[in-house]
Amino acid sequence: MERIKALEQITSQLDDELVICNIGFPSRELYQVKDSPKHFYMMGSMGMASSIGLGTAMAQERKVIVFDGDGSLLMNLGSLVTIFNQSPPNLVLVILDNECYGSTGNQCTYSATTDLKKVAEGVGFKNTILYKESEDKIDFSPVLELEGPVFVHLKVQAGNANVPVIPLEPEEIKERFMREVQGIK
Amino acid sequence: MDSSQAVFDGLKKAGIDFVVSVPCVNLGKLMEMVDCDPEIIHIPVTREEEGFGIAAGAYMGGKKPAILMQNSGLGNSVNVLASLFKLYQFPILMIISHRGTEGEFMGAQVPMGEATTGILDTLEIAYINPKTPADALKLIPESWLLAELAGSPLGILLEIGFW
Repeated sequence: MERIKALEQITSQLDDELVICNIGFPSRELYQVKDSPKHFYMMGSMGMASSIGLGTAMAQERKVIVFDGDGSLLMNLGSLVTIFNQSPPNLVLVILDNECYGSTGNQCTYSATTDLKKVAEGVGFKNTILYKESEDKIDFSPVLELEGPVFVHLKVQAGNANVPVIPLEPEEIKERFMREVQGIK
Repeated sequence: MDSSQAVFDGLKKAGIDFVVSVPCVNLGKLMEMVDCDPEIIHIPVTREEEGFGIAAGAYMGGKKPAILMQNSGLGNSVNVLASLFKLYQFPILMIISHRGTEGEFMGAQVPMGEATTGILDTLEIAYINPKTPADALKLIPESWLLAELAGSPLGILLEIGFW
């Protein structure tokens, strides 16, 4: 499955959940398929999406979905250890694993040979789910029913959709997300 | 006044209720106080950069965040400070044990100790340098107000002599 299709299918099954999305094409693709004040598009600081998700989940009660990548997770692998040890019940970490650094020219990561789901299980994660690349329909409801932290390993095809950059200022993304989280109209 | 107590009281007065930390020998007592306070969520992290990411998320969730770290952690966090905190205008109080300053017994701490203020200057991050516990108690709450108003991190550099 293409990553943009995975993003489209998962977000169509979300309701009140908050979303933290990884740098580069994943955020651009998410913005293209669906924009919402519930989305925080991380435009810099590669590796930090799972950490921002952890902080958001620890600070309030709504469910938080993080869309992270294999290269980004490998850049901040300690985040898995902190997430498992803090164990927020409202956090779902989705790794969109295309086995490459997709936003910089598809250079290989190590995730083809190092199984990230097994890494998460080794860290201690009890609830892990794998979606294979060959699947063409994602039923996300089992994930949403599990108690967090949940580690979702979603294998996707390499390659980016032809989508433009996000026409929002970083501060605007932050401010509208905060108003949404804190219930300020 | 005890130096750790003064910093802790300053954080409480500032309304800080979310703390991420990486230990330093000079921060040990303060970390224990933070950990024991039921009004503060305390998250020990594996690396300071990660702590900044967590703090940004917590701020969006309505918390007032601080990080406790050694100045070496500033070096580990340059990109997250520029590409997340400055870019999106996130506030945070950085309580920094400033090693490699006067009285340092370990030569290995000196290069990063000397680089610290230059890194903050380059990032255009304001910092203060309280010399006494009374200074810290007074300046930390004001510093949070400034950080929030400016939408920027603010450094509280606490040299070896402070402790």
